[in-house]
Amino acid sequence: MKKITVTALGLTLCAGMATAEGELFLYNWTDYTAPELIEKFEAETGISVTLDTYDSNETLLAKLQSGATGYDIVVPSHNFVKIFVSEGLLQPINASELADYGNLSADFTSPPWDEGNTYTVPWQWGTTSFTVNTDVYGGDVNSYDVLFQPPAELQGKIGMFKSPDEVVSMALISLGLPLCNENPEDMQKVMELLQAQKPHVKTYNSDGILERLVSGDAAVHQNWNGYSIRARDENAAMKYAFPKEGVITWADNVAVPVGAPNYDNAIKFIEFVMKPENIAVQSNFAGYSNGISGSEAHMSEALKSAHELSPPEGTPLVFSETCSAKAIDLQNRVWTALLQ
Amino acid sequence: MTGLRAYLKDHAGILPAALVIGVFMIVPILIILIYSFLAPGDYGGVKPEFSTDAYQRLLFQNDLFDQLVFDPAYLKITFRSLWIATVAVTGCLIVGFPVAYYIAGQPEERRNVFLLLITIPFWTNLLIRTYCWILVLRDTGLINSALMALGVIDAPLTLLYTEGAIALGLIYTYIPFMVLPIYAALERLDLRLIEAARDLYSSRWGALWFIVVPLSMPGIIAGSILVFIPALGAFIAPDLLGGGKNLMLGSLVQLQFSAARNWPFGSALAMVIMAMVLLCLMLYARNLRRGGGGFQH
Amino acid sequence: MRHSDRDIRWLPGFNWVTLFFFLFLYLPLIILVVFSFNASRSATVWDGFSLQWYAKAFANDDIQRATKNSLIIAVFATINATTLATMAALALGRNRRVRRKQMFSGLIILPLMIPEIVTAVATLTFFAAIGLSLGLGNIIIAHTVFCIPFAYLPIRARLQGMDESLEAAARDLYSGKWATLRLVTLPLLMPGIISGAMLAFIISLDDFIITLMVAEAGSTTLPIYIYSLVRIGITPEVNAISTVLLGISIIIVTVSYLIGKKT
Repeated sequence: MKKITVTALGLTLCAGMATAEGELFLYNWTDYTAPELIEKFEAETGISVTLDTYDSNETLLAKLQSGATGYDIVVPSHNFVKIFVSEGLLQPINASELADYGNLSADFTSPPWDEGNTYTVPWQWGTTSFTVNTDVYGGDVNSYDVLFQPPAELQGKIGMFKSPDEVVSMALISLGLPLCNENPEDMQKVMELLQAQKPHVKTYNSDGILERLVSGDAAVHQNWNGYSIRARDENAAMKYAFPKEGVITWADNVAVPVGAPNYDNAIKFIEFVMKPENIAVQSNFAGYSNGISGSEAHMSEALKSAHELSPPEGTPLVFSETCSAKAIDLQNRVWTALLQ
Repeated sequence: MTGLRAYLKDHAGILPAALVIGVFMIVPILIILIYSFLAPGDYGGVKPEFSTDAYQRLLFQNDLFDQLVFDPAYLKITFRSLWIATVAVTGCLIVGFPVAYYIAGQPEERRNVFLLLITIPFWTNLLIRTYCWILVLRDTGLINSALMALGVIDAPLTLLYTEGAIALGLIYTYIPFMVLPIYAALERLDLRLIEAARDLYSSRWGALWFIVVPLSMPGIIAGSILVFIPALGAFIAPDLLGGGKNLMLGSLVQLQFSAARNWPFGSALAMVIMAMVLLCLMLYARNLRRGGGGFQH
Repeated sequence: MRHSDRDIRWLPGFNWVTLFFFLFLYLPLIILVVFSFNASRSATVWDGFSLQWYAKAFANDDIQRATKNSLIIAVFATINATTLATMAALALGRNRRVRRKQMFSGLIILPLMIPEIVTAVATLTFFAAIGLSLGLGNIIIAHTVFCIPFAYLPIRARLQGMDESLEAAARDLYSGKWATLRLVTLPLLMPGIISGAMLAFIISLDDFIITLMVAEAGSTTLPIYIYSLVRIGITPEVNAISTVLLGISIIIVTVSYLIGKKT
């Protein structure tokens, strides 16, 4: 027993030892950081990077609110940036003063969620819709009817996210209603739509989407465009839908939390991901677009030609919003009533 | 002063453990209790305003149009969780009792091997073990493939994403907690009692029912509690094997602390779960005073 | 598994139930081990034998860091919990001057009685309130608390079954209180302590929810890492690392069994 204690102590000491150039603690979404990107950053700067992951904006929020410090970089979604700022959880990075600020593409220069890029620079952006196995269903996929009023082939083979926010938002768009809805009548319609769909749903689960699609357990699954590319890599019949009613769009952003132990290294990392050749490495890994112009030149052929990244002309891209407490409450009542 | 010193000296063994649990368990529970009487913050957390909304919400709910109506949603979820946990306990008992009885009847050498065999699977992460059941149960999984290859069925049976799958997952997870206490009780069983029963022309099953089962009751009750409590709050098996189509108490609590951003309601739910558990334990304690026995491993 | 009909306890069918039970217990593990040798990326379709996932797992820094964290936490939590539990069991079982034994034993079992999710949230809130930030230390404290009852129960059970006359004899021979404890009580108690420690170790190694809540920067443990992989679908890499852990466990269990047999 004594020996084990000593060994363990030794291990702890090793873990606690910092390298000469310092460290960087990265806190990012699960499966959302390219290992090659980290290796490149470590090789160029000599900073050793430690990566931890979270599974939702809410987890990140709860962690930072509870005062958990130690992270240098976090990656909140655009609709959460204002919450993080108003709760005083982020510190300014004044991106406009950084060397490569000009690299940011027009859409992400001073975006509505962070005017002047005081707190964030873009990481990746993408869309949320659904993936259809065209071996099972050969019709037009670009409509929410495929998901919410499924044809016979797809009934009982639907996979939905397990997230009230994403499911309700999609239902709202398909009904042509405003997001973050505070109107009870509108939410009543959402509930009726989801309840009618439920008998055809196989599972509500945001994990293991790839496995279910590839194994055939699900023939249509709510999905993000980057994950849809991975499904298509395994089975060419997987098609990502761009419903004509509109597609939910999101953008995740690199930010520095208050109390970051290695602020300077965090800035180095931010400067690093603002270079097109670096962020392209990340895009190649995750399959999502980024907000840095000139990065296309460094993207893989497969990514450049992916239909998942190019919405058809005329399909509205709808950026999700920061919902009020009232809207969240209505959304949860719908969700609980649906799954009671 | 000397009284205190003497008390500390006498209780030097028990106080450290009691202190650790008192500080890191009782205090957090008190915080949760306080939270349950506050108002939810806009983006998670709590606002320092007294409110009993969280408890009222358990039974009554403003409908979408803000009318206060009786809402059975949470009662339904509670009963579903209680039901599934009861099924898990029953299943564990039906399989676990014969196993414990059989192992207890083996020579000591072999008994220990059996006990070790029960603990080994615990070294593999629960999530992975549960995940492996998906591979067994799904439409293209082991059971369906085997049955179809044998020509027993033509189309795959729906095994995954059912309540049966949840029960199976829970039984799988918690059955060692049932086997071990029953085994501990049976191991000390006085064989002469069975002999006496058989001498008096009791059948094998009669001896089991009238002699062995009553004597192993402390083990059965301890095992049932050890299975029931974690099964009530479980959410890995319901999510992965049940398909998440119906909420369980565990996922409901978790939802309140994440996407629903209603910490007071989550805290109130936690308090209700604790109250239910304590109620079960009080019944157990009453039973214990009458019947004797206790936790035995 | 043949049984003579004369064994008074023999009941027909119970041997088959036991066989079924062990098949049930080990079926997922067999699948796990088999697919760790799979040549393809899939954890579903067999594609030929390969050791590549073991090579990958041993080259993966994240898996190793997570495994290291898990082992450190489990070792310290086990030592803490077993020490506290042994002291408590001795106090409650051997010290006649301890008052309110009922209350104390209830307190020690308490962590077992509260659903994990409740403990998790409560602990996070508490740590946040007092500003506790010790890195892995946070997790070790949280694990120690819920490991105490698991360590306590087997030790207490062993103590109950132990004959007090040996300790009394030692005292009669003018052995001091501490010498009796060290030379008589503890050695006799050792099987209970070992099984309590093993239980605590396993429980700590497997914990997910509480760890996720109280983990700080750089404290990702194996279950959290594995959970993040479930999101994309488990690759045989996880199977490989699980198989290695399983192998280690079998070795430890076998060794402790052989040692136990000797004494």
